[in-house]
This record gives sequence, structure tokens and C-alpha cells, in this order.
Amino acid sequence: MNPFDYERATDAAGAVAAVAGNPRAMFLAGGTNLVDHLKLGVSAPELLVDVSRLPLDEVRELPDGGIRVGAAVRNSDLAAHPLVRERFPVLAQALLAGASGQLRNVATTGGNLLQRTRCPYFQDVTTPCNKRLPGAGCSAIGGHHRDAAILGASQQCVATHPSDMAVAMVALDAVVRVQGEDGERTIPVAEFHRLPGEEPERDTVLRHGELITAVDLPGAAPRSAYRKVRERATYAFALVSVAAVVGLDGGAVREARIALGGVAHKPWRAVRAEEALRGAVAGDDAFREAAEAELATASPLTGNAFKVPMARNALVAVLRQLTGGTR
Amino acid sequence: MEITWTVDGELFVLAVEPRVTVLDALREYLGVVSVKKGCDHGQCGACTALVDGRRVLTCLSLAVQCDGAEITTAEGLGEHPIARAFVEHDGFQCGYCTPGQVCSAVGMLDEAAQGWPSHVTEDVAADVDGLGDDEIRERMGGNLCRCGAYVNIVAAIREVAEQRPAHAARRTGEGAR
Ligand SMILES: Cc1cc2nc3c(=O)[nH]c(=O)nc-3n(C[C@H](O)[C@H](O)[C@H](O)COP(=O)(O)OP(=O)(O)OC[C@H]3O[C@@H](n4cnc5c(N)ncnc54)[C@H](O)[C@@H]3O)c2cc1C
Ligand code: SF4
Ligand code: FES
Ligand code: FES
Repeated sequence: MNPFDYERATDAAGAVAAVAGNPRAMFLAGGTNLVDHLKLGVSAPELLVDVSRLPLDEVRELPDGGIRVGAAVRNSDLAAHPLVRERFPVLAQALLAGASGQLRNVATTGGNLLQRTRCPYFQDVTTPCNKRLPGAGCSAIGGHHRDAAILGASQQCVATHPSDMAVAMVALDAVVRVQGEDGERTIPVAEFHRLPGEEPERDTVLRHGELITAVDLPGAAPRSAYRKVRERATYAFALVSVAAVVGLDGGAVREARIALGGVAHKPWRAVRAEEALRGAVAGDDAFREAAEAELATASPLTGNAFKVPMARNALVAVLRQLTGGTR
Repeated sequence: MEITWTVDGELFVLAVEPRVTVLDALREYLGVVSVKKGCDHGQCGACTALVDGRRVLTCLSLAVQCDGAEITTAEGLGEHPIARAFVEHDGFQCGYCTPGQVCSAVGMLDEAAQGWPSHVTEDVAADVDGLGDDEIRERMGGNLCRCGAYVNIVAAIREVAEQRPAHAARRTGEGAR
């Protein structure tokens, strides 16, 4: 690990100023991703500004029945929060499907959104990787890419975003609130992460020094669910995951909001599937058609082609679950 | 930087540079070796301790981040019913993962007592009532045992979970400690 300075921020503005003023400074929250990267040599900041004790650790109710989640709220506390469990079960389920109890006790809302890909070459500094070192080449495309993207990838990078929580947030139309040197702005979670394109080193649209202060979840989504497919029953990243929110009108689908995880460089909003479902009679035929519509544009590599049928089946299963039961 | 810790009931003031993890400070600076270094990357759970009452991985926390913390390791739990149940059920083989397993089990029982759901909880909106083997396995999933003592570990935790009063005070906290 390279040496670095450490500073504990006492207010958001001070944290922003400290990081914005030094191109080699980074925010530190729970540290469950960043400390690992310091050890691996993936990140080598000069200064860490600890934001984990800022007063951003509250879940507050919004006038429309939604909630505002502070950036420093721990993943375990968020999953256990009564308002989340009742109004946004998809979010509680996604959080509980991620990492382990010990990690969730420390991991924060802001840090989880900004965790970096688990592509093995990204984490191994002895191998070429465009995300770590632009222009170096991508080791995954011709190498091990079982976990890689099937949608939205580029010739530069085929990595997937690993967060479970973010997938649920995209299906919930959540909005990230950030504070920068010039004030505050809001970014829908669906537009927060980027596709790799020509600049795979940029994961998000966040500018250096901008601090996530909260995530807003509008309304309520009691009929929602998260399903994660992985290699072990617990404690593994998603091969494929599905978050869905469904509204029914008798036997027809009034609206569906769907996001897929493990398939792209960002949580993938399945707009084609949503469109195919609008007004359709709820049932396996419609669900399969919607999944096919979304996955028609998939372009897998040889080692991850299995993700296409896996994503289709997972999506059909979630829709079946949400339209068959009574919840 | 100077930080203050209470470790297993004893107060320490120590000087650490920012790179030092909680795990390394405990083992190398304070000689508390019940916390084990397995993977050092958050994957095995051997370094689990209770920090301010919650189970965490000490290999992924910087010591300077935890200034003022109260840290309990398996050693500090001493004759805790969980530790005894591990012995009675032969819940360890080489014993390497055991301190982390014990701390994790104590933290996990507390989480369940507060009504926290898990990934295998059928209805996340409902309160958790009692811990079956599936719930114990899922909640202990972050602790890996290379010797394969899982079955006896589950039996040991189940015994202690069953001895507890039916989780009386949920959601509102007040978990039995
Ligand atoms: C073994 C293992 C298994 C895991 N499994 C899963 C899994 O299955 N699913 C899953 O979703 N996750 C998983 N995780 C990842 C874990 O959820 C993340 O590491 C965690 O959520 C990151 O949060 P943190 O607070 O610790 O972030 P940190 O590590 O502190 O920070 C991560 C990044 O976010 C930045 N940052 C933090 N807070 C802010 C802020 N407020 N504003 C701006 N920037 C900020 C930091 O600068 C850093 O770049 C796993 C991790 C491990 C080690
Ligand atoms: S897929 Fe992306 S992260 Fe992985 S090696 Fe290629 S460039 Fe690096
Ligand atoms: S040593 Fe910390 S999790 Fe393995
Ligand atoms: S008893 Fe040997 S690692 Fe678990």
C-alpha cells in the first residue's frame, strides 16, 4: 500500500472542498471496496477524506410516501428499515442478496453505488486492463469473461457493474443527490452509471470532488421483487439479477419497471421489456415475449453466452411471482 | 495518528499510520491474536470482530477510521454461550476460523433478535421469528471454514438460538445481548 494522508470530514462542504482541491484525493466511506483496492494497488490516493461519520445516516420519509436515504446509511440498516421492508421490498431483498452480514454492517449507500467492477483483470494489476490503465487493452475479451456483460459493452471493456442495491434503485426510479463545489444537483440512478464506450475508466457521471449526500426513492412499490442468480446459494456476486416493480389492472399489466444486473457496465433498465408488457395480459407468453424483446440486442462473448437464456428465465420467473401471488 | 480503543474491556491509546487496518493493529500492535488473518480481502470472515456491538471484518477497516471504538474479539467473549456450544457440538476442527465464527454468531443472533430479515426470509416485511437451519446458514454465509465443520457449527448456533426467549423486542431494538 502506498502511504496516504487521512482526514475525517466534519461537514459535507468541508469534505467536498478537501477532495475537489486535490486531484489525488478520494472519499472513504465503509472502506469495504476502497481499502481492498489500496491493498491490491488498484487505487493509490494521496489523501483519504473519511465521510462515514458525516450526519448523512438517516432514512427520512418524503411527502409522497417515498424515502430519502442518507449516503452514510449502512446497507444492513437500510435492509432492516421498516419503511423499506414495507414499501420497497425489492430494495430490502437486493441489499440482503449482496455481500455478507459483516460487510453489510459497514458498507454504505454511497459506497455501494460507487463500488467498482469485480472483473478479475481489473483487480489484478499485473494484467492489461483499459479500465485501470486506459489504452492498455482488455484482458477479459480474449480471456476469462464468464462474468462479463452481454448488453451495452464496447471493444474497450466488457465489465459488469457488481451492485445489487443499484439494480433495485433503478427499477424504483431512484434519484442520487450530490453536492459539489458549485452546489447541489440530482441524477437519476439510471443515468448515474455509464456504459464503457471509449472511456471505460469512467464508471459514472460524477465529477471529481462531488459527494453523494442521499438517494431519494419516490412513491412506494409494495408489488416488487429482486431475484439473483449466482454460483453459490449465498455470498457471491450476481451472474444475472432482476429487479421488477409491477402495477396490475385486473389481469393486465398496467406498468412494469424492470432493471437487470450482472449483464452490463451499469444496472440495465429494460425499457424494451417494459414497453412490451404495457397493457399485456399477465402470463408466461407476454413475459417471454418481453424478455426476448429486451435480449434481442444482446451480444455475448463465447464464455458468457449462457447469460442470455439465464436472464430471460430469471425475468419470466420474477414477473410470474409478482403477478401470481397476492402481495 | 493517535487513536483510542477499548479492546475486550481494556483501554488502549495507540499511534498508527493511516495504512494500518484494524486487524493488523489488533494483532501486531496489541498482540490480540484471536482475530485471524485468512484472506485479508473480505472474503473469508476469519477476521470478524464486534465493533461497537456489530460484527464487521477487521481486515477491510482502517484503524484510524475506528477511533473511539469498542472492540470485542472472541477472546473477550470468553465463556459466552456460543463459545461453549461450539465446544459441546465439536463445531471446529483446526479452529482457525472459529474465533471469527463465534463473533459472527454472536452478532448474527443479535441482528435476528432485532427482527432483521435475511436473504432467505420468505417475507421481508414480516418479523423474523426463530432461526431455522436455513436462516443460520445464510446469516453465517460470510464465514468460510476450510475444514468443513459447517454442520456442527449450525447445530451449536441453533442450540443457543433456541435457548433464547422468543424474540420479544424486535424492530425497536433492545435485542437480547
Ligand atoms: C467479499 C465481498 C463480497 C461482496 N459481495 C457483494 C454483492 O454480492 N453484491 C454487492 O452489491 N456488493 C458486494 N460487495 C461489495 C460491497 O457491497 C461494497 O464494497 C460496499 O457497498 C461499498 O461501500 P463502502 O461504504 O464500504 O464504500 P468504500 O469502499 O468506502 O468506497 C467505495 C467508493 O465509493 C466512494 N465513495 C464512498 N462514499 C461516497 C460518497 N458519499 N460520495 C462520493 N463517493 C463516495 C469512495 O471514494 C470509493 O471510490 C462485496 C464486497 C466484498 C468484499
Ligand atoms: S473487461 Fe474492462 S475491467 Fe475487465 S479487463 Fe477488460 S477493460 Fe479491464
Ligand atoms: S481476513 Fe478478513 S475476511 Fe478474510
Ligand atoms: S475449523 Fe479449520 S477453518 Fe474452520
